Amino acid sequence: MKRKDSENIRSRPNSGSPLKIKHGLLVPYVMLLPAMAGLGAFVVYPLVFLVRTSFTDRSMLRKNPRFVGLSNYVELFHSQEFLSVLKNSLLYALLFVVFSIAIALLFAVWLNKPDRFHSFAQSAVFIPYIVSFVTISLVWLWLMDPQYGLLNSLLAVFKLKPYPWLSDVKTVVPSLVLVSVWKYVGYYMLLLIAALQNIPQSIYDAAKIDGASGRAVFLRITIPLLTPSLFFLLVVSTTEALRVFDPINIMTQGGPINSSSVFVYFIYEYAFKYFRIGYASAGGVILFLIIGILVAIYFNMLAKKVHYQ
Amino acid sequence: MTSNLRQLTSKPISTVFKSLAYLALICMFIFPFFWILSNSLKTFQETMVFPPKVFPEKPIFSNYVEALKRMPFFKYLINSITVNVLILISQFIVIIPASYAFAMYRFRGRGLLFTLVLFGFMLPQQLTFVPIYLMFGKLKLLNSYAPLVLPFAASSFGIFLLRQYFMGIPTEIIEAGYLDGMNNRQIMIYLMMPMAKSALASVALISFITHWNDYFWPLVMTNTQKVRTLPLGVAALRVTDGTTEWNVLMAANMLLILPILFTYFFAHKQIKEALIHSGIK
Repeated sequence: MKRKDSENIRSRPNSGSPLKIKHGLLVPYVMLLPAMAGLGAFVVYPLVFLVRTSFTDRSMLRKNPRFVGLSNYVELFHSQEFLSVLKNSLLYALLFVVFSIAIALLFAVWLNKPDRFHSFAQSAVFIPYIVSFVTISLVWLWLMDPQYGLLNSLLAVFKLKPYPWLSDVKTVVPSLVLVSVWKYVGYYMLLLIAALQNIPQSIYDAAKIDGASGRAVFLRITIPLLTPSLFFLLVVSTTEALRVFDPINIMTQGGPINSSSVFVYFIYEYAFKYFRIGYASAGGVILFLIIGILVAIYFNMLAKKVHYQ
Repeated sequence: MTSNLRQLTSKPISTVFKSLAYLALICMFIFPFFWILSNSLKTFQETMVFPPKVFPEKPIFSNYVEALKRMPFFKYLINSITVNVLILISQFIVIIPASYAFAMYRFRGRGLLFTLVLFGFMLPQQLTFVPIYLMFGKLKLLNSYAPLVLPFAASSFGIFLLRQYFMGIPTEIIEAGYLDGMNNRQIMIYLMMPMAKSALASVALISFITHWNDYFWPLVMTNTQKVRTLPLGVAALRVTDGTTEWNVLMAANMLLILPILFTYFFAHKQIKEALIHSGIK
């Protein structure tokens, strides 16, 4: 009898449904109370507040905000500044997502070997991820300095013209993306290496026996089996790119002439410098919608193509 | 025959090419850190020459002393440590019971509540900082440790990681506990917690790395030195209008990253595993 019982417990699927432990009806709720209070106060409530405030003219300076309908949104989409923020953010996100994932994939395939040298190389690529964006922004600001920076003096060695990096409206966003990709690519690589190591060797052996070329193996086996991880990276990197703030605030303050101002920087400025909470909140709601829509698109379009083993 | 020959001749060239690629890769990622170190040992004049020198002529350490003097370094350091410790304590208090309940118990609304955790994981705090700022303002708690600590207590990441860990513990162990006449609370405290030590250490490591480095949150939530943390102090050493003394700034950066590098040196395996774990599931 006892034996049967334990088998019954063990055979429960491990994902989702936990084993049956007898407990008081309220016990789990009591245990979850602090966590749910925290999530309620710092996730749900602020979001509701954000949406509600976006329909008012709330300001830091004045009490009693009035309901103003959609006028904050109307103003946003008529503001040249906000339109360029929108453009900058989307460009930044696009470049960041494409380059960080592509380079991470390249590094993962390249450095996925068990010896000491390769694990050292992996560590070198990974370390920027755990270092503060403050440090990284400052050192790259110095490296990209148009006058005294090392990068331009390197270009000079090769007799190339100095590159404007952060000082030109056309090059500032790509330069910022370069720094961010440099910081994050090691983490993304790490996730892909872990995924690569989960692919059973037997699949590769079978492909070899069938005479598949290296490229065919990569495109037909490696990539499809990496799709769950690539899909995860797509979601993570998009969110990461759209919430970027630190390098903007430290390296460019949105300049030159607004060409690197992004969503969070815009919200920060309007809330804390111009005290227009309602207007800033409307910007926040739009950012929330963009993230939500992108994640929904990923889930719908890509989840169908994801290959699980 | 010809193909054999080609293989023979092309091998050394491809090896050279490969080694160069490795060298370039490692330089690309290590060099900026070397540059921080090197410039932290230069004189101000040396940082202002073009083309820049890779090594300081004669390394000086006075920039470090200067960095300590330019900001209330020890005040910031103590704030950073306090905030990190408080976050960790509050996270443990909140996430241990929560993740245990999610992993072990079945109850109505479990799926819904877990969706809320997932949602917290996905929602960046850069979206909700204005409402949270106003909330703490209303409670007259701005410029205290509260806004730097409380929003992070219910860490979705921590709940995730621990829940995953508890779910992986073999059921035999719990059955053995029951057979020994333990009740649920005893099983949790005496059986499960000691086994979860490494998972808790992972949570602690990731929490430390995240909040030690954090710039955005303390920036928006505070405006006095009283509670500001080290990254803000370092960032403030840069003068936007005027000449920044990069040598002092880089010395300050060294002080900011050393604790992280130490942590990485001693716990790199665990850090990587925790990050991979959270990423895959």
